[in-house]
Amino acid sequence: MTLESLSFVEAILTSAVSAGTIYLIASVGECVTERAGVINLGIEGIMAMGAVTSFIITLAYGHLAAILTAALVGAVFGLLHAFLSVSLRLNQIVVGLAITWLGLGLSAFMGTPEVARDLLKSLNPAVPEYLAELKQAPRLPEVRVELIAGVPIVGRALFSQNVLVYAGLASALLFWFILFRTRWGLSLRSVGENPALADTAGVNVFAVRYLAVIVGSALAGVAGAYLFIGYQPFWVENLTRSRGFIALSLVILSSWSPLRAIAASFLFGGVESLQFRIPLRGFGAETPQLIMMLPYVITIVTLVLISLASRGRIPAPAALGKPYSREE
Amino acid sequence: MAEDLLERPGPSPTSIPKVEMRGIVKRFPGVVANDGVDFTIYAGEIHALLGENGAGKTTLMNILYGIYTPDAGVIRVRGVPVRLRSPRDAIRLGIGMVHQDFRLIEAHTVVENVFLNYDGLGFIPKWSALESRLEEIASNYGWRLDPRARVGDLSPGEKQQVELLKLLVRGADILLLDEPTSVLTPIETKMLFKTMRRMAEEGKSIVLITHKLSEAMSVSDRVTLMRRGKIVLSKPTKEATIEELSTAMVGAQLIGDAGLEERQSAPADGAPTLQLSALSVMGDEGVLAVKDADLTVYRGEIVGVAGVSGNGQTELVEAIAGLRKPVRGRIILNGADVTGASPRRLMELGLTYIPPEGKKWGIVPELSIYENVALRVARYAPYSRLGVINWRKVAEVAEKVVSEFRVDTASIKSRAGSLSGGNVQRLILGRELTTSKPSLLVAAYPTKGLDIAASEQVRRILSKLRSEGVGVLMLSEDLDEILELSDRIVVMYGGRIVGVVGRGEATPELLGVMMSRGVAASASA
Repeated sequence: MTLESLSFVEAILTSAVSAGTIYLIASVGECVTERAGVINLGIEGIMAMGAVTSFIITLAYGHLAAILTAALVGAVFGLLHAFLSVSLRLNQIVVGLAITWLGLGLSAFMGTPEVARDLLKSLNPAVPEYLAELKQAPRLPEVRVELIAGVPIVGRALFSQNVLVYAGLASALLFWFILFRTRWGLSLRSVGENPALADTAGVNVFAVRYLAVIVGSALAGVAGAYLFIGYQPFWVENLTRSRGFIALSLVILSSWSPLRAIAASFLFGGVESLQFRIPLRGFGAETPQLIMMLPYVITIVTLVLISLASRGRIPAPAALGKPYSREE
Repeated sequence: MAEDLLERPGPSPTSIPKVEMRGIVKRFPGVVANDGVDFTIYAGEIHALLGENGAGKTTLMNILYGIYTPDAGVIRVRGVPVRLRSPRDAIRLGIGMVHQDFRLIEAHTVVENVFLNYDGLGFIPKWSALESRLEEIASNYGWRLDPRARVGDLSPGEKQQVELLKLLVRGADILLLDEPTSVLTPIETKMLFKTMRRMAEEGKSIVLITHKLSEAMSVSDRVTLMRRGKIVLSKPTKEATIEELSTAMVGAQLIGDAGLEERQSAPADGAPTLQLSALSVMGDEGVLAVKDADLTVYRGEIVGVAGVSGNGQTELVEAIAGLRKPVRGRIILNGADVTGASPRRLMELGLTYIPPEGKKWGIVPELSIYENVALRVARYAPYSRLGVINWRKVAEVAEKVVSEFRVDTASIKSRAGSLSGGNVQRLILGRELTTSKPSLLVAAYPTKGLDIAASEQVRRILSKLRSEGVGVLMLSEDLDEILELSDRIVVMYGGRIVGVVGRGEATPELLGVMMSRGVAASASA
């Protein structure tokens, strides 16, 4: 391998991880939500809200506040979703899509220069207003884990990233552990498989579902924050570009396991970063649209392959998408 | 059946009964399910609670398990009056119930199912310790159960053991088993009876809710019989006779009215209607569920398919009905090769299929009765022209179905889902038979879940078809029914047809051996 191709591989891996983290954080959250039997199609909109929140709050109060506020905003949207889908038992698909449109619309509004400027001014008058009009915010700094980051090829990809990349990996491990090793996780998974049975066993089905939707949505909010301050700190409308929906399909690809979501997310992160690199190398330079389709095409192809491999019987949580009511 | 296997020490009633239910009344809209019922359970006894479907046994036990609150009556547990508001209250008092349909999470392991929301589990449960605890209990009862196995991979008998484990780890010593043998093989049933006996020896009390007389007679110490919400008889099993119980159970209205003589007539006339040759069918799990099945059904005979569930019977009839494509082999219907043909073509060639669980697969519950009839006829003239349904014609035929097949309903406009199981089954049969004249009827578990009278009516319809020259292929879980109705009995085991036994040679013992071991016994020459 030539030095040039070696650094190309290293660059691809690095951007695979940094692009993949968007998917990772969102799909770990969605794994938790769906394991409890609720499908949250709203994460696209919640990510957009997280992104716009992090844009404004970073300018006003800095990164940490931005991340926490994005999580909080996500949680509030999650609460709304849970109220509609768990308490009122509305169709989860409809609720999710409504939340997506709400989030996309509201974030687009908040991101316009005038609104962003006013928001910034009211939050922290000390910050110069023009910063909001520039639609930019400082990127999260890289935190290099010195000893390991020197390892060739994977070292830089994994250990020379910003703090949210590490947090994303940690959340995958943490939520895998909670789901599959703890009492809470067992209750949560039982609610997603058979809520009536969990109910008779004394599990509070409604509380579990509320919590699962809220936690998943908070993570979607953080994923949006990462998308902006950790990945592409320049605000444009439709910044998320359906990444929330890709994260949803990655949940299926990783068969509802946060650990497998790591591999799935980084794989798709790789595909996404390839689409920026391939045109540079000649192929597709004139028709970038074709290459921009790549992640979506690959999503469909992978789902088809999984469906074929499992003969159409993807082991989804048995009660996924089904509202629960005690009377039935 | 397992009488000689089990030594019976007899009940040891201590001074205070474990459970005393006095004057229990429970009303549902339009029906009194329990009408002043007294029921007593002693320590160390197996108590059979006998009765037909709808007699009120399950209601009574659901009251004891805290699922229903009684409208009147007193419950004392170990002498203390109690109010049971939920199953959790019951469990706390040591009362546990195993339902007929298992309440398990198939995707989870045995240990996860057993310890779901178990008190004292700790935030990070010590799974290995819990697993060995389950192994210990399992070995006490002689079960071979892997605590790490996924419940979805277990046999019905093993799933039942998981249900029992759930109760045992929570310290239940009053165990209510609702029709526990309905899904078990004869061998698993023996195993369960041994377990029950062992539990009784340990001082636990077991209530066996059943409608099978032979079971009550063979395993219980005491038998209590319910009919129409009341106790009609309660005595030590030793002092009861089968005749006495069966008369008390059905209330004598059916005895002598069974139309048996009618059913014995009409031998096969010789013309084959269905021929299977070397038919192999894939199951849902991706392994062959039916292997090289050869079978001929003649007009004017009933062929019963016996087998423990999950041995390929369902896949076999689904392949015949065109719902499942065969992998190999051929299906000939009235001389035409119909391998892989669509259900509609099969129907037009003279096949009628009665699916299992009529309420689920045979009707659309949300639609009215006449709309459900339309589903079958609307494709054909005179019920439709150029795709436009003639609802008047449909209503006429629906009225005919309802009256000729005695579907008990106020109107053909009623929701089909509001009908009882027996009425649904008569609606399905009526819909299929009123509008077409089949040469072959394939019926998958046509009497499952029906009460005695409704089952009897279905059986009469089947024998009437036979005498009219229709070939009938029938699946049933009820060996007595198969023996009673069939001219020939096909036994399936592991996906193969392991034997065909003629009417005269078949005995429950012979079929039981063939069903559970797959050997074609010598008698089936």
